[in-house]
Amino acid sequence: MSEGRKKAAFEERLKAAEDAAAGPKREAAEGDASSARRAIELAMRLGVEMVAAMVIAVVIGWGLDKLFHTSPWLMILMVPVGMVAGLRNLLRASGGKSGG
Amino acid sequence: MAGPTIDALGQFSLTTGLGSLGRAVNFTNSNEAMLGAAVVIVAVFALGLKSRALVPGRAQSLVEMLYEFVHNMCVDTIGEEGLRFFPLVFTIFSFILLGNLIGLFPYFFAFTSHIAVTLALALFVFVFSTGVGFYTHGFKFLKFFVPEGVPAWLLPLLVPIEIISYLSRPVSLSVRLFANMTAGHVMWEVFAGFMLLLTASLGVLGAFASVVPLSLNVALAALELLVAGLQAYVFAILTCLYLHDAVHMH
Repeated sequence: MSEGRKKAAFEERLKAAEDAAAGPKREAAEGDASSARRAIELAMRLGVEMVAAMVIAVVIGWGLDKLFHTSPWLMILMVPVGMVAGLRNLLRASGGKSGG
Repeated sequence: MAGPTIDALGQFSLTTGLGSLGRAVNFTNSNEAMLGAAVVIVAVFALGLKSRALVPGRAQSLVEMLYEFVHNMCVDTIGEEGLRFFPLVFTIFSFILLGNLIGLFPYFFAFTSHIAVTLALALFVFVFSTGVGFYTHGFKFLKFFVPEGVPAWLLPLLVPIEIISYLSRPVSLSVRLFANMTAGHVMWEVFAGFMLLLTASLGVLGAFASVVPLSLNVALAALELLVAGLQAYVFAILTCLYLHDAVHMH
């Protein structure tokens, strides 16, 4: 019985504390924190995303060159493709229209 | 010149751990740190969940916060069906987080500063999410590489771009974690080396002047703490994103 009363009193106090803490100020602070987190996350991602596509493209081109003995033409061909893929990665990471 | 030199990369060299037994089976200090990270996670969870109180204490709050953080990340990013992957994401997140944090302590080894480790993790995520894609969609998953609403004559150009963009995922995932951890530790080592060099070359004056690199190192420690948490978070949320792509295909 006293257990139940304690729990009810606790819920009451919790609600009072939550009401006191709620409000536009808190929401604004939470919004700021989440947008800052998203911004930092993006900053960490973007640079590497671009370079990674480039590296993969060049490695594929180099490998195909070795396979077909066409060095260095396929690698050169793959460089612009890698650049575009890097830009595509950037768009995707920054949540562009076709991102996902 | 005799005297102290800056050996920035020596801290990453692998030695053997666990004494002579470890030497016999090539158990490295990196493996030691991995084992340590796993043990710490299990121990923290076992201790935190021992009491199972309705109103959690400190340890239980920590455990519940971690759990809910990853839980929300899974639901928000992958969607309700993402809970199937919650154990995987949670394991990856906590393992990398603990690896980064353990590596921040002096004399401890940061196993996430080796590309072999991060690439293995990233390749696992990559292969797993591709497998999930093929498992849920069958061969229709290949449509993922064909952007919608583009004229057919552009497809020979766009499909390779999409494929390269997809293949670059494990690279960016692994390089990001590895580069951030390595760069932080190298910077620490270099500034600490400055202190030794200053003292060796300028004597007492140098000892006073080395307050500058010391304070930089203190500031770096705070930054590294942020980076350690953030990189684990980024790795986990990208795992979620890739799984989202595999499940929803857009």
